[in-house]
Amino acid sequence: MLLTCPYCGPRDVSEFTYQGDGNRQRPAANSQDLQAWNEYVYDRQNPAGDHNEIWQHSGGCRSHIRVVRNTLSHVVSSAIPVRGDTHRRATERRKPGAKA
Amino acid sequence: MVERLSPLEPVYRPGSHGRFEDGVGVILSETRPDSIVQVAAWPGEEARAIAAIRKVTGLALPDGAGGGVVDGEKAAFGFAPGKFTVVDEAEGLAAALAKAIAPAVGTVTELSHGRTAIRIEGPEAEWVLAKFFAIDFALPAFPLGAARSTTHHDVFAQIQRTGGDRFDIYVFRSFARSFWKALGHAAEEVGYEVA
Ligand SMILES: [Zn+2]
Repeated sequence: MLLTCPYCGPRDVSEFTYQGDGNRQRPAANSQDLQAWNEYVYDRQNPAGDHNEIWQHSGGCRSHIRVVRNTLSHVVSSAIPVRGDTHRRATERRKPGAKA
Repeated sequence: MVERLSPLEPVYRPGSHGRFEDGVGVILSETRPDSIVQVAAWPGEEARAIAAIRKVTGLALPDGAGGGVVDGEKAAFGFAPGKFTVVDEAEGLAAALAKAIAPAVGTVTELSHGRTAIRIEGPEAEWVLAKFFAIDFALPAFPLGAARSTTHHDVFAQIQRTGGDRFDIYVFRSFARSFWKALGHAAEEVGYEVA
């Protein structure tokens, strides 16, 4: 699988480190909302299709990248830098069990 | 200046090696620049950092990812967003850059003793490097002066094209000897010379 780093261009997936589900939204550090923390830590959509992911080009420029990858086909339809990303909320916060 | 010891010293054997009977495919050498410095600009301060590098070294970094410039004893290139490696054969570059780059613009990190600079030059340089790194070394994809950040077996490498068939590779000092030996093995089939 190739990932196209916005800085370095297409590179082998072995140069990258998966940094987790890109739909997660970390509650504020002082949040007492246990449900929000539970969603952040445990709830995942696990979709069969397009999935928002965070990757790091750890074996290259070390940038963090927001990737949309199809879990069925591995087709990467978008890869943009996390920093300066104004469209980062690709999906609004979901209700538990909501469809992707 | 205190004489710097090369990590390659125990395995650095000048002369011809491998299958060189039909010609030397690549020449390997250690360039030993006295200054290797990393400049990292805060977001939005990249242009000021580039201007400071130009003021100190005279090197005009081109805009764009992985862009770089080579000028005799000096070289500079981008290796990550807002981050640049600047090299000078003379010492004192880190101090000069630190004076020119205010803390509000970015940081200057002296890496002269932390990196080893290895040069590979010759008609088979692209071929040998292509065995190491999964990137395109052809001139149109990797133009003169440009640089790439990549890894070989988890050994991080910054590679700058400093000539039509010449590349300078910056690796961690602690991995340099192992990388050098691997490079020698990879170059055996084309015949190589250690300068
Ligand atoms: Zn990258």
